[in-house]
Amino acid sequence: MIEVRNLTKRYGDLVAVDRVSFTAKKGEIVGFLGPNGAGKTTTMRIITGFLPATTGTVTVEDFDIFDDAHEVRKRIGYLPENPPLYADMTVTSYLEFVGRIKDVPRAALPDAVDRAVQRCGLTEVRRRVLGHLSKGFRQRVGLAQALIHEPDVLILDEPTIGLDPRQIREIRSLIKELAGQRTVILSTHILQEVVQICQKVVIINEGRVVVEDTIENLTREMSLEEVFMRAIGGAPGAEEAVA
Amino acid sequence: MKNILAIAAKDIHSQFVSPIAYVVLTGFLLLGGWFFFHLLARFSFLLQLYLSFRNPDAMQRLNLNEFVIAPLLHNLSVVLVILVPVITMRSFAEEKRSGTYELLMTSPLTITQIVLGKFLGAFVFVLVMVLLTGVYPLILVLYGNPEPGVILAGLLALLLLATAFVSVGLLTSSFTENQIIAAVTCLVTLLLLYVISWPAETAGATLGAMLKYVSLTEHFGEMVKGVIDTRDLVYFLSITILALFLTQRSVESLRWR
Repeated sequence: MIEVRNLTKRYGDLVAVDRVSFTAKKGEIVGFLGPNGAGKTTTMRIITGFLPATTGTVTVEDFDIFDDAHEVRKRIGYLPENPPLYADMTVTSYLEFVGRIKDVPRAALPDAVDRAVQRCGLTEVRRRVLGHLSKGFRQRVGLAQALIHEPDVLILDEPTIGLDPRQIREIRSLIKELAGQRTVILSTHILQEVVQICQKVVIINEGRVVVEDTIENLTREMSLEEVFMRAIGGAPGAEEAVA
Repeated sequence: MKNILAIAAKDIHSQFVSPIAYVVLTGFLLLGGWFFFHLLARFSFLLQLYLSFRNPDAMQRLNLNEFVIAPLLHNLSVVLVILVPVITMRSFAEEKRSGTYELLMTSPLTITQIVLGKFLGAFVFVLVMVLLTGVYPLILVLYGNPEPGVILAGLLALLLLATAFVSVGLLTSSFTENQIIAAVTCLVTLLLLYVISWPAETAGATLGAMLKYVSLTEHFGEMVKGVIDTRDLVYFLSITILALFLTQRSVESLRWR
Protein backbone atom coordinates (compact mmCIF):
# COMPACT_ATOMS: atom_id res chain seq x y z
CA MET A 1 0.00 0.00 0.00
CA ILE A 2 1.37 3.35 -1.04
CA GLU A 3 -0.32 6.66 -0.40
CA VAL A 4 1.04 9.79 -2.00
CA ARG A 5 -0.49 13.04 -0.75
CA ASN A 6 0.12 16.49 -2.27
CA LEU A 7 3.70 15.72 -3.11
CA THR A 8 5.67 18.71 -4.39
CA LYS A 9 9.30 18.91 -5.39
CA ARG A 10 10.89 22.21 -6.33
CA TYR A 11 14.37 22.83 -7.67
CA GLY A 12 14.73 26.56 -7.16
CA ASP A 13 12.01 28.02 -9.38
CA LEU A 14 11.43 24.83 -11.31
CA VAL A 15 8.54 22.74 -10.05
CA ALA A 16 9.35 19.16 -10.99
CA VAL A 17 6.45 17.56 -9.15
CA ASP A 18 3.36 19.59 -8.36
CA ARG A 19 0.89 18.45 -5.66
CA VAL A 20 0.84 14.85 -6.83
CA SER A 21 -1.59 12.51 -5.06
CA PHE A 22 -2.47 8.92 -5.79
CA THR A 23 -2.76 5.58 -4.02
CA ALA A 24 -1.69 2.07 -4.87
CA LYS A 25 -3.39 -0.74 -2.96
CA LYS A 26 -1.94 -4.05 -1.90
CA GLY A 27 -1.78 -6.52 -4.78
CA GLU A 28 -2.22 -3.79 -7.33
CA ILE A 29 0.10 -3.08 -10.25
CA VAL A 30 -0.02 0.61 -11.04
CA GLY A 31 1.24 1.90 -14.36
CA PHE A 32 2.90 5.28 -14.03
CA LEU A 33 2.78 7.09 -17.35
CA GLY A 34 3.81 10.44 -18.68
CA PRO A 35 6.00 12.08 -21.27
CA ASN A 36 9.72 12.35 -20.66
CA GLY A 37 10.48 14.97 -18.04
CA ALA A 38 6.99 14.82 -16.55
CA GLY A 39 8.34 14.00 -13.09
CA LYS A 40 7.95 10.21 -13.01
CA THR A 41 11.50 9.44 -11.95
CA THR A 42 11.50 12.28 -9.42
CA THR A 43 8.28 10.99 -7.86
CA MET A 44 9.66 7.47 -7.66
CA ARG A 45 12.89 8.70 -6.14
CA ILE A 46 10.92 10.51 -3.46
CA ILE A 47 8.82 7.43 -2.67
CA THR A 48 11.98 5.34 -2.27
CA GLY A 49 13.52 7.97 -0.01
CA PHE A 50 16.38 8.81 -2.35
CA LEU A 51 15.25 12.41 -2.69
CA PRO A 52 13.44 14.51 -0.11
CA ALA A 53 10.14 16.14 -1.06
CA THR A 54 9.67 19.88 -0.74
CA THR A 55 6.17 19.41 0.72
CA GLY A 56 3.60 16.65 0.94
CA THR A 57 3.65 13.18 2.44
CA VAL A 58 4.07 9.61 1.31
CA THR A 59 3.23 6.57 3.39
CA VAL A 60 4.35 3.06 2.49
CA GLU A 61 2.62 0.25 4.38
CA ASP A 62 1.47 2.95 6.83
CA PHE A 63 5.00 4.14 7.52
CA ASP A 64 5.77 7.75 6.73
CA ILE A 65 8.79 8.08 4.42
CA PHE A 66 10.15 11.00 6.43
CA ASP A 67 9.52 9.89 10.00
CA ASP A 68 10.09 6.17 9.51
CA ALA A 69 12.47 6.22 6.58
CA HIS A 70 14.29 3.17 7.85
CA GLU A 71 11.13 1.05 8.06
CA VAL A 72 10.08 2.17 4.60
CA ARG A 73 13.45 1.29 3.09
CA LYS A 74 13.23 -2.21 4.50
CA ARG A 75 9.94 -2.73 2.69
CA ILE A 76 10.76 -1.27 -0.70
CA GLY A 77 12.44 -2.93 -3.63
CA TYR A 78 13.60 -0.36 -6.14
CA LEU A 79 14.85 -0.70 -9.67
CA PRO A 80 16.14 2.71 -10.79
CA GLU A 81 16.21 3.76 -14.42
CA ASN A 82 19.81 2.53 -14.71
CA PRO A 83 20.23 -0.72 -12.81
CA PRO A 84 22.61 0.06 -9.89
CA LEU A 85 25.27 -2.54 -10.68
CA TYR A 86 28.91 -2.80 -9.64
CA ALA A 87 30.68 -3.69 -12.86
CA ASP A 88 33.43 -5.70 -11.16
CA MET A 89 31.21 -8.05 -9.12
CA THR A 90 29.75 -11.37 -10.17
CA VAL A 91 25.97 -11.83 -10.22
CA THR A 92 25.92 -13.91 -7.03
CA SER A 93 28.39 -11.81 -5.07
CA TYR A 94 26.43 -8.71 -6.03
CA LEU A 95 23.12 -10.21 -4.92
CA GLU A 96 24.73 -11.36 -1.67
CA PHE A 97 25.98 -7.85 -1.05
CA VAL A 98 22.55 -6.34 -1.72
CA GLY A 99 20.97 -8.98 0.53
CA ARG A 100 23.31 -8.05 3.35
CA ILE A 101 22.67 -4.33 3.17
CA LYS A 102 18.91 -5.00 2.88
CA ASP A 103 18.99 -6.81 6.24
CA VAL A 104 18.38 -10.33 4.94
CA PRO A 105 19.46 -12.61 7.83
CA ARG A 106 22.75 -14.33 7.11
CA ALA A 107 21.27 -17.82 7.38
CA ALA A 108 18.58 -17.01 4.84
CA LEU A 109 20.93 -15.29 2.39
CA PRO A 110 21.98 -18.25 0.17
CA ASP A 111 18.34 -19.22 -0.33
CA ALA A 112 17.33 -15.65 -1.05
CA VAL A 113 20.07 -15.36 -3.67
CA ASP A 114 19.12 -18.68 -5.28
CA ARG A 115 15.49 -17.70 -5.42
CA ALA A 116 16.21 -14.32 -6.99
CA VAL A 117 18.59 -15.92 -9.51
CA GLN A 118 16.02 -18.50 -10.48
CA ARG A 119 13.07 -16.13 -10.69
CA CYS A 120 14.89 -13.69 -12.91
CA GLY A 121 16.38 -16.36 -15.15
CA LEU A 122 19.99 -15.70 -14.21
CA THR A 123 21.11 -19.28 -13.58
CA GLU A 124 23.33 -19.48 -16.65
CA VAL A 125 25.15 -16.23 -15.82
CA ARG A 126 25.34 -16.45 -12.04
CA ARG A 127 29.13 -16.58 -12.01
CA ARG A 128 29.64 -13.97 -14.70
CA VAL A 129 30.93 -10.48 -13.98
CA LEU A 130 28.23 -7.79 -14.18
CA GLY A 131 30.26 -5.52 -16.45
CA HIS A 132 30.29 -8.21 -19.14
CA LEU A 133 26.57 -8.88 -19.18
CA SER A 134 24.22 -7.87 -21.98
CA LYS A 135 21.64 -5.14 -21.45
CA GLY A 136 18.88 -7.71 -20.96
CA PHE A 137 20.74 -9.57 -18.26
CA ARG A 138 21.76 -6.35 -16.54
CA GLN A 139 18.11 -5.35 -16.37
CA ARG A 140 17.21 -8.73 -14.91
CA VAL A 141 19.97 -8.48 -12.31
CA GLY A 142 18.53 -5.07 -11.45
CA LEU A 143 15.15 -6.70 -10.91
CA ALA A 144 16.68 -9.55 -8.88
CA GLN A 145 18.35 -6.94 -6.70
CA ALA A 146 14.98 -5.28 -6.03
CA LEU A 147 13.42 -8.62 -5.01
CA ILE A 148 16.14 -10.12 -2.87
CA HIS A 149 14.63 -9.10 0.47
CA GLU A 150 11.04 -9.98 -0.49
CA PRO A 151 9.78 -6.41 -0.23
CA ASP A 152 6.10 -5.56 0.14
CA VAL A 153 6.41 -2.76 -2.36
CA LEU A 154 8.18 -2.70 -5.71
CA ILE A 155 9.08 0.51 -7.49
CA LEU A 156 10.26 -0.18 -11.02
CA ASP A 157 11.47 2.66 -13.22
CA GLU A 158 11.10 1.53 -16.83
CA PRO A 159 11.84 -2.13 -16.15
CA THR A 160 11.56 -3.26 -19.80
CA ILE A 161 13.60 -0.53 -21.44
CA GLY A 162 16.25 -1.79 -23.84
CA LEU A 163 15.05 -5.38 -23.84
CA ASP A 164 14.23 -7.52 -26.85
CA PRO A 165 10.60 -8.62 -27.37
CA ARG A 166 11.15 -12.04 -25.83
CA GLN A 167 12.81 -10.59 -22.74
CA ILE A 168 10.04 -8.01 -22.44
CA ARG A 169 7.49 -10.82 -22.32
CA GLU A 170 9.49 -12.66 -19.68
CA ILE A 171 9.88 -9.61 -17.48
CA ARG A 172 6.20 -8.76 -17.81
CA SER A 173 5.07 -12.19 -16.75
CA LEU A 174 7.57 -12.06 -13.92
CA ILE A 175 6.16 -8.75 -12.68
CA LYS A 176 2.61 -10.13 -12.89
CA GLU A 177 3.65 -13.19 -10.98
CA LEU A 178 5.38 -11.09 -8.33
CA ALA A 179 2.45 -8.80 -7.73
CA GLY A 180 0.21 -11.15 -5.71
CA GLN A 181 0.53 -9.80 -2.20
CA ARG A 182 2.75 -6.90 -3.20
CA THR A 183 2.16 -3.39 -4.39
CA VAL A 184 3.92 -2.53 -7.63
CA ILE A 185 4.42 0.84 -9.27
CA LEU A 186 6.07 0.75 -12.64
CA SER A 187 6.79 3.52 -15.06
CA THR A 188 6.92 2.90 -18.76
CA HIS A 189 6.43 4.41 -22.19
CA ILE A 190 4.88 1.27 -23.64
CA LEU A 191 1.12 1.69 -23.29
CA GLN A 192 0.45 -1.86 -24.38
CA GLU A 193 2.46 -3.04 -21.43
CA VAL A 194 0.22 -1.14 -19.07
CA VAL A 195 -2.93 -2.62 -20.61
CA GLN A 196 -1.46 -6.10 -20.27
CA ILE A 197 -0.23 -6.09 -16.71
CA CYS A 198 -1.57 -3.12 -14.75
CA GLN A 199 -4.88 -2.75 -12.98
CA LYS A 200 -4.57 0.96 -12.55
CA VAL A 201 -3.06 3.89 -14.42
CA VAL A 202 -1.69 7.19 -13.18
CA ILE A 203 -0.78 9.67 -15.91
CA ILE A 204 1.38 12.59 -14.97
CA ASN A 205 2.13 15.60 -17.12
CA GLU A 206 4.33 18.58 -16.28
CA GLY A 207 4.50 17.43 -12.68
CA ARG A 208 0.73 17.09 -12.19
CA VAL A 209 -1.49 14.03 -12.06
CA VAL A 210 -3.92 14.30 -14.96
CA VAL A 211 -5.47 10.84 -14.86
CA GLU A 212 -5.89 8.31 -12.06
CA ASP A 213 -8.24 5.46 -12.80
CA THR A 214 -8.52 1.73 -13.43
CA ILE A 215 -7.65 0.33 -16.85
CA GLU A 216 -11.19 -0.96 -17.15
CA ASN A 217 -12.80 2.44 -16.76
CA LEU A 218 -10.31 4.18 -18.98
CA THR A 219 -10.41 1.80 -21.92
CA ARG A 220 -14.18 1.40 -21.96
CA GLU A 221 -14.70 4.00 -24.68
CA MET A 222 -11.31 4.57 -26.22
CA SER A 223 -7.83 3.10 -26.37
CA LEU A 224 -5.29 3.93 -23.71
CA GLU A 225 -3.28 5.71 -26.35
CA GLU A 226 -6.11 8.17 -26.93
CA VAL A 227 -6.57 8.61 -23.20
CA PHE A 228 -2.87 9.34 -22.89
CA MET A 229 -2.76 11.83 -25.76
CA ARG A 230 -5.78 13.70 -24.44
CA ALA A 231 -4.37 13.74 -20.95
CA ILE A 232 -1.11 15.29 -21.99
CA GLY A 233 -2.83 17.70 -24.33
CA GLY A 234 -1.44 16.35 -27.59
CA ALA A 235 -3.43 16.00 -30.83
CA PRO A 236 -5.09 12.57 -31.20
CA GLY A 237 -3.24 12.05 -34.49
CA ALA A 238 0.25 12.36 -33.04
CA GLU A 239 0.58 8.82 -31.69
CA GLU A 240 4.05 8.34 -33.17
CA ALA A 241 5.43 10.66 -30.57
CA VAL A 242 4.62 8.26 -27.77
CA ALA A 243 4.82 4.88 -29.48
CA MET B 1 28.16 -3.48 12.24
CA LYS B 2 27.21 -6.21 9.76
CA ASN B 3 26.27 -3.54 7.23
CA ILE B 4 29.50 -1.62 7.77
CA LEU B 5 31.49 -4.78 7.13
CA ALA B 6 29.44 -5.57 4.01
CA ILE B 7 30.26 -2.19 2.50
CA ALA B 8 33.92 -2.36 3.55
CA ALA B 9 34.30 -5.86 2.08
CA LYS B 10 32.71 -4.77 -1.17
CA ASP B 11 35.08 -1.80 -1.47
CA ILE B 12 38.16 -3.86 -0.66
CA HIS B 13 37.08 -6.46 -3.19
CA SER B 14 36.62 -3.86 -5.91
CA GLN B 15 40.04 -2.33 -5.14
CA PHE B 16 41.77 -5.66 -5.54
CA VAL B 17 39.96 -6.87 -8.65
CA SER B 18 40.76 -3.61 -10.42
CA PRO B 19 44.37 -2.82 -11.32
CA ILE B 20 44.33 0.28 -9.10
CA ALA B 21 45.37 -1.55 -5.93
CA TYR B 22 48.32 -3.22 -7.63
CA VAL B 23 49.48 -0.10 -9.42
CA VAL B 24 49.35 1.92 -6.20
CA LEU B 25 51.07 -0.75 -4.10
CA THR B 26 53.78 -1.36 -6.68
CA GLY B 27 54.44 2.34 -7.09
CA PHE B 28 54.56 2.85 -3.36
CA LEU B 29 56.98 -0.01 -2.73
CA LEU B 30 59.12 0.87 -5.73
CA LEU B 31 59.60 4.43 -4.51
CA GLY B 32 60.08 3.18 -0.95
CA GLY B 33 62.74 0.76 -2.14
CA TRP B 34 64.52 3.49 -4.03
CA PHE B 35 64.54 5.84 -1.01
CA PHE B 36 65.70 3.00 1.22
CA PHE B 37 68.54 2.10 -1.15
CA HIS B 38 69.66 5.71 -1.37
CA LEU B 39 69.51 6.33 2.40
CA LEU B 40 71.31 3.12 3.19
CA ALA B 41 74.03 3.86 0.64
CA ARG B 42 74.47 7.33 2.12
CA PHE B 43 74.58 5.91 5.62
CA SER B 44 77.28 3.45 4.65
CA PHE B 45 79.23 6.24 2.92
CA LEU B 46 79.05 8.44 6.06
CA LEU B 47 80.10 5.49 8.17
CA GLN B 48 83.22 4.96 6.08
CA LEU B 49 83.96 8.66 6.17
CA TYR B 50 83.60 8.99 9.95
CA LEU B 51 85.64 5.85 10.49
CA SER B 52 88.49 7.39 8.53
CA PHE B 53 88.25 10.51 10.74
CA ARG B 54 88.58 8.33 13.83
CA ASN B 55 86.10 10.63 15.54
CA PRO B 56 84.18 8.71 18.26
CA ASP B 57 81.73 11.60 18.90
CA ALA B 58 80.53 11.64 15.31
CA MET B 59 80.30 7.86 15.32
CA GLN B 60 78.06 8.07 18.36
CA ARG B 61 75.63 10.32 16.57
CA LEU B 62 75.42 8.15 13.49
CA ASN B 63 72.58 5.69 13.97
CA LEU B 64 70.20 3.81 11.68
CA ASN B 65 67.04 5.25 13.19
CA GLU B 66 67.95 8.83 12.63
CA PHE B 67 69.80 8.52 9.35
CA VAL B 68 67.80 5.85 7.51
CA ILE B 69 64.41 5.14 9.02
CA ALA B 70 63.28 8.65 9.94
CA PRO B 71 64.07 10.18 6.51
CA LEU B 72 62.56 7.13 4.81
CA LEU B 73 59.29 7.64 6.68
CA HIS B 74 59.31 11.34 5.85
CA ASN B 75 59.75 10.53 2.18
CA LEU B 76 57.00 7.92 2.29
CA SER B 77 54.64 10.41 3.93
CA VAL B 78 55.06 12.66 0.89
CA VAL B 79 54.32 9.72 -1.40
CA LEU B 80 51.17 9.08 0.62
CA VAL B 81 50.03 12.66 0.01
CA ILE B 82 49.94 11.76 -3.67
CA LEU B 83 48.71 8.16 -3.52
CA VAL B 84 45.97 8.31 -0.88
CA PRO B 85 43.79 10.63 -3.02
CA VAL B 86 44.02 8.01 -5.76
CA ILE B 87 42.77 5.33 -3.40
CA THR B 88 39.88 7.34 -1.98
CA MET B 89 38.76 9.25 -5.06
CA ARG B 90 36.44 6.45 -6.13
CA SER B 91 34.70 5.85 -2.83
CA PHE B 92 31.68 8.13 -3.23
CA ALA B 93 32.30 9.68 -6.64
CA GLU B 94 32.18 6.35 -8.46
CA GLU B 95 28.99 5.27 -6.68
CA LYS B 96 27.33 8.50 -7.73
CA ARG B 97 28.50 8.26 -11.32
CA SER B 98 27.48 4.64 -11.82
CA GLY B 99 24.09 5.03 -10.13
CA THR B 100 24.84 2.56 -7.33
CA TYR B 101 24.53 5.47 -4.92
CA GLU B 102 20.78 5.12 -5.38
CA LEU B 103 21.01 1.52 -4.17
CA LEU B 104 22.99 2.49 -1.07
CA MET B 105 20.81 5.46 -0.22
CA THR B 106 17.54 3.55 -0.61
CA SER B 107 18.71 0.58 1.45
CA PRO B 108 17.97 0.34 5.16
CA LEU B 109 21.39 1.76 6.05
CA THR B 110 22.21 4.79 8.12
CA ILE B 111 24.52 7.37 6.61
CA THR B 112 26.97 6.68 9.42
CA GLN B 113 27.09 3.02 8.40
CA ILE B 114 27.80 3.95 4.79
CA VAL B 115 30.56 6.39 5.75
CA LEU B 116 32.16 4.00 8.26
CA GLY B 117 32.01 1.14 5.76
CA LYS B 118 33.75 3.24 3.15
CA PHE B 119 36.29 4.39 5.72
CA LEU B 120 37.04 0.88 6.91
CA GLY B 121 37.52 -0.34 3.33
CA ALA B 122 40.06 2.40 2.54
CA PHE B 123 41.70 2.03 5.96
CA VAL B 124 42.40 -1.66 5.38
CA PHE B 125 44.10 -0.72 2.14
CA VAL B 126 46.44 1.84 3.73
CA LEU B 127 47.07 -0.59 6.58
CA VAL B 128 48.35 -3.08 4.00
CA MET B 129 50.51 -0.34 2.49
CA VAL B 130 52.04 0.66 5.83
CA LEU B 131 52.62 -2.96 6.88
CA LEU B 132 54.40 -3.63 3.59
CA THR B 133 56.77 -0.72 4.22
CA GLY B 134 57.72 -2.56 7.42
CA VAL B 135 59.95 -4.69 5.21
CA TYR B 136 62.62 -1.96 5.04
CA PRO B 137 63.13 -1.57 8.81
CA LEU B 138 62.93 -5.35 9.05
CA ILE B 139 65.98 -5.65 6.80
CA LEU B 140 67.79 -3.24 9.13
CA VAL B 141 66.78 -5.24 12.20
CA LEU B 142 68.13 -8.39 10.57
CA TYR B 143 71.49 -6.90 9.58
CA GLY B 144 71.94 -4.02 12.00
CA ASN B 145 70.87 -2.80 15.40
CA PRO B 146 68.26 -0.04 15.12
CA GLU B 147 65.94 0.60 18.06
CA PRO B 148 62.72 -1.36 17.48
CA GLY B 149 60.62 0.96 19.67
CA VAL B 150 61.43 3.97 17.53
CA ILE B 151 60.65 2.00 14.38
CA LEU B 152 57.26 0.97 15.70
CA ALA B 153 56.46 4.56 16.73
CA GLY B 154 57.43 5.67 13.22
CA LEU B 155 55.23 3.07 11.53
CA LEU B 156 52.37 4.02 13.85
CA ALA B 157 52.89 7.64 12.84
CA LEU B 158 52.75 6.66 9.17
CA LEU B 159 49.56 4.69 9.75
CA LEU B 160 47.89 7.53 11.67
CA LEU B 161 48.92 9.95 8.96
CA ALA B 162 47.52 7.69 6.24
CA THR B 163 44.29 7.25 8.21
CA ALA B 164 43.82 11.00 8.49
CA PHE B 165 44.53 11.29 4.74
CA VAL B 166 41.91 8.65 4.00
CA SER B 167 39.25 10.57 5.91
CA VAL B 168 40.05 13.76 4.03
CA GLY B 169 39.90 11.74 0.79
CA LEU B 170 36.45 10.40 1.66
CA LEU B 171 35.27 13.93 2.38
CA THR B 172 36.41 15.32 -0.98
CA SER B 173 35.02 12.27 -2.77
CA SER B 174 31.62 12.86 -1.17
CA PHE B 175 31.43 16.34 -2.71
CA THR B 176 31.43 15.29 -6.33
CA GLU B 177 30.73 12.55 -8.84
CA ASN B 178 33.95 13.30 -10.69
CA GLN B 179 36.89 11.24 -9.50
CA ILE B 180 39.49 13.67 -10.84
CA ILE B 181 37.97 16.56 -8.93
CA ALA B 182 37.82 14.40 -5.81
CA ALA B 183 41.48 13.41 -6.13
CA VAL B 184 42.78 16.89 -6.90
CA THR B 185 40.80 18.52 -4.09
CA CYS B 186 42.14 15.92 -1.68
CA LEU B 187 45.71 16.33 -2.93
CA VAL B 188 45.58 20.10 -2.55
CA THR B 189 44.07 19.85 0.94
CA LEU B 190 46.70 17.38 2.09
CA LEU B 191 49.55 19.40 0.60
CA LEU B 192 48.21 22.48 2.29
CA LEU B 193 48.12 20.69 5.65
CA TYR B 194 51.67 19.60 4.89
CA VAL B 195 53.14 23.02 4.21
CA ILE B 196 50.88 25.15 6.35
CA SER B 197 53.55 25.68 9.00
CA TRP B 198 56.10 27.10 6.54
CA PRO B 199 55.31 30.75 7.27
CA ALA B 200 55.20 30.00 11.02
CA GLU B 201 58.57 31.65 11.67
CA THR B 202 57.61 34.94 10.08
CA ALA B 203 54.00 35.02 11.26
CA GLY B 204 53.32 36.45 14.73
CA ALA B 205 53.79 34.35 17.85
CA THR B 206 50.14 33.32 18.22
CA LEU B 207 49.48 32.72 14.54
CA GLY B 208 52.81 30.93 14.20
CA ALA B 209 51.95 28.57 17.02
CA MET B 210 48.55 27.92 15.49
CA LEU B 211 49.99 27.18 12.07
CA LYS B 212 52.46 24.81 13.65
CA TYR B 213 49.71 23.09 15.55
CA VAL B 214 47.58 22.36 12.47
CA SER B 215 50.57 21.25 10.44
CA LEU B 216 50.88 17.54 9.75
CA THR B 217 54.64 17.69 9.43
CA GLU B 218 55.21 18.95 12.97
CA HIS B 219 53.21 16.15 14.60
CA PHE B 220 54.48 13.51 12.24
CA GLY B 221 58.10 14.56 12.80
CA GLU B 222 57.78 14.23 16.56
CA MET B 223 56.38 10.71 16.37
CA VAL B 224 58.97 9.57 13.85
CA LYS B 225 61.64 10.54 16.35
CA GLY B 226 60.08 7.95 18.63
CA VAL B 227 58.20 10.29 20.92
CA ILE B 228 54.58 9.16 21.27
CA ASP B 229 52.92 12.21 22.74
CA THR B 230 49.18 12.28 23.43
CA ARG B 231 49.05 15.67 21.74
CA ASP B 232 50.12 14.14 18.44
CA LEU B 233 47.74 11.22 18.79
CA VAL B 234 44.91 13.63 19.58
CA TYR B 235 45.86 15.70 16.53
CA PHE B 236 45.70 12.79 14.07
CA LEU B 237 42.52 11.39 15.59
CA SER B 238 40.87 14.84 15.53
CA ILE B 239 41.64 15.28 11.84
CA THR B 240 40.25 11.80 11.13
CA ILE B 241 37.10 12.24 13.18
CA LEU B 242 36.44 15.77 11.95
CA ALA B 243 36.79 14.73 8.31
CA LEU B 244 34.53 11.69 8.83
CA PHE B 245 31.96 13.83 10.60
CA LEU B 246 31.94 16.32 7.71
CA THR B 247 31.66 13.42 5.25
CA GLN B 248 28.64 12.15 7.12
CA ARG B 249 27.06 15.62 6.92
CA SER B 250 27.93 15.98 3.27
CA VAL B 251 26.36 12.63 2.36
CA GLU B 252 23.33 13.29 4.50
CA SER B 253 22.79 16.67 2.86
CA LEU B 254 21.31 14.80 -0.11
CA ARG B 255 18.43 13.87 2.14
CA TRP B 256 17.46 17.43 2.93
CA ARG B 257 18.50 19.32 -0.18
